[in-house]
Order: sequence, then C-alpha cells, then structure tokens
Amino acid sequence: MSVQTQPALPLLAGYALRLGDDALVLGQRLGEWVAHAPQIEEDVALANIGLDLLGQARTLLTYAGEVEGAGRTEDDLAFLRDERDFVGCQLVEQPNGDFAVTMARQLHFSTYQLALYARLQHGADPTLAAVAGKAVKEVAYHRDHATQWVLRLGDGTEESHRRMQAGLDRVEPYLEELFTGDDLVSSLAADGVAVDPEALRPECDAYVDAVLTEATLQRPVPTWHARGGRSGRHSESFGHLLAEMQHLHRSHPGASW
Amino acid sequence: MSVVSVEPSDTSLAEHARTVAGAVPDPEVPVLTIADLGVLRDVAVDADGRVVVTVTPTYSGCPAMDVIRGDVEKALREQGFTDVTVRTVLAPAWTTDWLTERGRQALADYGIAPPAPRPVGGPVPVILTARPVPAVVRCPQCGSADTRELSHFGSTACKSLWSCLACREPFDHFKAL
Repeated sequence: MSVQTQPALPLLAGYALRLGDDALVLGQRLGEWVAHAPQIEEDVALANIGLDLLGQARTLLTYAGEVEGAGRTEDDLAFLRDERDFVGCQLVEQPNGDFAVTMARQLHFSTYQLALYARLQHGADPTLAAVAGKAVKEVAYHRDHATQWVLRLGDGTEESHRRMQAGLDRVEPYLEELFTGDDLVSSLAADGVAVDPEALRPECDAYVDAVLTEATLQRPVPTWHARGGRSGRHSESFGHLLAEMQHLHRSHPGASW
Repeated sequence: MSVVSVEPSDTSLAEHARTVAGAVPDPEVPVLTIADLGVLRDVAVDADGRVVVTVTPTYSGCPAMDVIRGDVEKALREQGFTDVTVRTVLAPAWTTDWLTERGRQALADYGIAPPAPRPVGGPVPVILTARPVPAVVRCPQCGSADTRELSHFGSTACKSLWSCLACREPFDHFKAL
C-alpha cells in the first residue's frame, strides 16, 4: 500500500482494512477447527471466538468501503480481493497446526488485540471507537480462554508441555510485525485515530511473560522476523486460505441466503 | 433503557410501535423479548407515520441480529406501520446490565442462570495471577452455589456452559459482559 501521498481518508480506509483483515482471517482460521477440536466444548469455543472476530470484521470492512468511497461492500472486500490486496498481519494467517499452536497464536493475538482495542475505544474516530468499545470485553474472554489453555498445557504433562513450547516457538517470529508501525499508522496515530502498535509492546510482553512463567514455559528468542503483511506480502498458506474462503462467492456471484 | 422519541401529537402511535417492537422475542432465547434483553434502543415515529427502530447487538458477531431486524419489521408491518426502518448502532456498547429485571427472572425460570450485575465504581478485586477469581453462579435448577464452569463458551455467543455439583445437572449461564 502506498501511503506517502494519500490524503487523510484513504489512510483511514487502509487502517480500517488492516483491523478488519486481521479479524476476518483469524476468524476464518478458527472456523477450520469446528468438528476437529480436541473436545466438543472447544469446537464451540473456537467457533464463538471466530464469530466475534467475524462480527468485528464485517463492521470494519463495511466502514473501510464507505470511507474509500468507491462503492465496495464488505463482501467485495472479503471475497473479491486478491492475496496482495489483503493487509492483515502474517500471524493470523498461519496454519492452525496442532491445538497448542492455535493456543499460542490465540494468546499472543488476543493479548495484542485487547491492548489495542482498550485504547482504540477512546480514539478520535467514532466508528473505530465503537467497534473497539463493543469488542473489547469479548476479546477479554478470548484472552482468558487462551490463557487457561496455555497454563493447563504448559504446566501439564511432559508431552503437553513439549507441544505447548513448540507452539510458542512456531508463532514467535510473527509477533514483531504486530508491534511495528509505519507511515500510515503514525500519521493516523498523530490525529488520535489509530493506536501506535509500538506502545502496546510493554503491556503485551508483561502479560504473556507472566502467563508463560506460571505455565513453566520459556519465551523463545526468534532468529528471524516475518514482515510485509501490512503491505500485502503474505506467507504461502494464505493463498490456500483465500481459495477456500472465497470459492463459493466467486463461483456463484451474487448468491445470497 | 430504551427511549421513545416522538412528535408530541404522535405519543400514542409511538407507544404502540414501541410496544409492538419491544414484544418481538429473541430468536435464540425466545423467553426474552428484545425489550427484556435491552437490545431495543429507540423507537421513533415521525408525523408521516414513518417508524425508525434502533437496535444494538449483544455480541459483535451475534447471528440473531439479521433475524431480529426482520422480525421487528414484520411485526410493525402487521400492525399497519408501512414505512419501517431498522438501524443498528454499536455505541454505547450493550452490556448485561441492560437486561431488565423481568428478563433476568425469565432466564432463571427458563433454566438459564442470569448474569451477575457488573460492579459499578467502588473497590474491585486485584488479580495477582493469570488465573481469574471464579464467579459464583447459582444452579437455576436447584439453587446450589456448588457449580463449576465447563466452558466459557456455550450454545450461543452470550452463554457459557456450567455444571451443578449438587444436582448434577448441566446448565447454561448468560455470562456477564
């Protein structure tokens, strides 16, 4: 996304799109667990969390389309964009892996999103503030859900501990991107519309580290960092996710329930 | 919690519209009306009889919202209101404090443990570990407080799944938000 020369409105559309894409893509990933989770309560839990995220995404994508002013609807943005036009972070598109990988991703993302929405609900843009204010308590449930599982698996059996640690190792390289700003977000943050993600890092690290300590797990030190999701560069698995998510809409244009 | 805003001359008409809209049952918990649930924010009727109903979702992704919008529109049309618009707002965000007393009682009678009121101001417990302080939720069947949560997440977005250790019955809890 080229941001240097854009006026204020496209920046806002771009920011809403980032927030919406994060929620949409993670919601889609969590939906993949339905009927595959280790127990039926988790089928229900992950579907519920995915549904909350989908609800956020619908409002955010609708708003992005309105601000853009080119007549694109939430469905156009979700189902008719190609991979390079999505601006979600790479963490949310990572394959589910085993349940521990998903819980590691959930712990980190919900911690980040809770810190983000807790600030964004007081932001200068009324629509973004309303979405965040609506979602912030839902996301607190998401974080608590992931926390309980990370504690149980980390401080559980030798095997559950090993797999939980492997899950944390798997997602750690994708965290840096969550907390890295750029021109778009800096410009909007200066106006009080966006939240500078860098500012969220200490709070998120403190929470996650406390959970990992109690769970007898180690915070990995990554040897590399993913980057590029916010400018449309994604990992290999994302194309497969889009193919599944967009297939029905593209094969049957205009279909509705 | 819902406010009726009307032209002075249309008070009775607006009251009627408000009563009709408010009586629409929640599609997922049909013992509650949308007025009991607190998702009906406003019913306004202008001088030409146009009705604008404002609703708000319980949860961001609540799939019942489309059905509620459709049901409200249908109920009002059946009562002769031909021009009906249902709009959705997110702010101020719904909380379980918007449930009416009647709604709480209806939930309990139906076998769903109602949410505890949220603490307003005053001292709050300081949580020193990542494990939250467990809430006391009474079994709607036998009234026992000897219950445990099976899952934060239940059959709908607004409920969690619990089990009573006294009467051994599972039950839903309308969780505090």
